[in-house]
Amino acid sequence: MVTQTETPTRLTLRELAKKPDRLTSGHRMCPGCAAPLVVKQVLMAIDEPVVVVCATGCLEVATTIFPQTAWNVPFIHNAFENAAATASGVEAAYRSLVRQGKIEDDNTRIVVFGGDGSSYDIGLQSLSGAMERGHRLLYVCYDNNAYMNTGIQRSSATPVGANTTTSPVGKVQAGKKGARKDLTAIMAAHGIPYVAQASPHNWRDLMQKVRKATAIDGPSFINVLASCNRGWRHDPADTIEIQRLGVDSCLWPLYEVEDGVYRVTYRPKVKVPVSDYLASQGRFGHLLQPANQYIIEALQADVDRRWERLLRMAGEV
Amino acid sequence: MPEPKGWKELPIGGIIDSPGSARDLETGAWRARRPIVDKDKCTSCLQCWMFCPDMAVVVQADKMRGFDLYHCKGCGICAKICPADAIAMVAEAEAGTEGEGG
Ligand SMILES: Cc1ncc(C[n+]2csc(CCOP(=O)(O)OP(=O)(O)O)c2C)c(N)n1
Ligand code: SF4
Ligand code: SF4
Repeated sequence: MVTQTETPTRLTLRELAKKPDRLTSGHRMCPGCAAPLVVKQVLMAIDEPVVVVCATGCLEVATTIFPQTAWNVPFIHNAFENAAATASGVEAAYRSLVRQGKIEDDNTRIVVFGGDGSSYDIGLQSLSGAMERGHRLLYVCYDNNAYMNTGIQRSSATPVGANTTTSPVGKVQAGKKGARKDLTAIMAAHGIPYVAQASPHNWRDLMQKVRKATAIDGPSFINVLASCNRGWRHDPADTIEIQRLGVDSCLWPLYEVEDGVYRVTYRPKVKVPVSDYLASQGRFGHLLQPANQYIIEALQADVDRRWERLLRMAGEV
Repeated sequence: MPEPKGWKELPIGGIIDSPGSARDLETGAWRARRPIVDKDKCTSCLQCWMFCPDMAVVVQADKMRGFDLYHCKGCGICAKICPADAIAMVAEAEAGTEGEGG
């Protein structure tokens, strides 16, 4: 029997605050980390039962310290590179058990969380495979721009110029060389039903996207910007404001691709210069020196070009 | 923390059979600065509740009731985000018993 949720919880703070925590207090993520905020909002958007699959990374390590867990929902961790493959198995097993009449179809949603290290790099092939095979699951990448859990190593999501332990600042180079990979575009190129980009400072936008994604009978992917104040080097209290700057500078546009149709879901009233975002974080501190001005100019030009292209694809220019 | 178990009693495969049991851990012990809410200024808009990464803002009957100091890590996000400027961050050493017990 398929039981559709009759009236979904309204996306108001009062209504949402009545829901039980699916990720609880007592997790060991650093103070001010955006990753648990992403999980909180994603799981709060879903009224149906969920099964969470998590790749290795801060989120997994810091929420499941044996013999305790901060997860209040069924949860499975396998390895760093195969979260999407594990989730594919969970989904196939669920469908099979329903078909055999061994369990009731209660509209369980399968949600995967992976950091950028696991999603952009080491788990990219299993993610690509799961999307291409068409499993009904939502993959959420919390993109904190580096391998944080092992000590801030650069990933293919690290922005140009960022200081990390494996892209240090010195005489030879000024932080990470080269642009970041655009994983959201790669996922959109899979032609799956739903792909989006979001940020937890705009919780309603993020939660609406999760609702769309989980309503689809097929694979979906949401890439969420998630500050790591240890790696980004900022006061933990500034997490939300910095995420807002990332979006308002158009460095991290909020948009969705539904059945191939692009839509920008938020257009900043004032497009903030990329340098405001960079200046808010210690990892970019060296870029503000006059000798590195050319890096900021190139990044600004790149952001402008990508933003214009997105607006064109969304039919907004 | 629960009583340590011998290896023969442990569930196979690293299974944890107590959902939400991380709540037992006092992450509030990490805190260097304590959020204190001025109830006269607070409008219960619940922004702080939405943006707390530690689920440490207490809401009952639609009202912001204070902080769960057993878990609050003192990040200061709630104080920054509050549109009414109703939350102050106070050094833990100077906070005394303020804000304790809701
Ligand atoms: C196959 C494998 N290689 C390396 C590691 C070590 N490792 C554990 S967590 C981690 C970093 C995870 O980075 P990311 O996916 O970006 O998540 P974050 O920690 O930033 O949240 C690494 C390299 C591992 N567990 N497994
Ligand atoms: S190291 Fe960074 S990503 Fe990991 S828990 Fe701390 S703030 Fe979050
Ligand atoms: S200081 Fe941080 S952890 Fe504590 S209640 Fe405020 S947002 Fe939550």
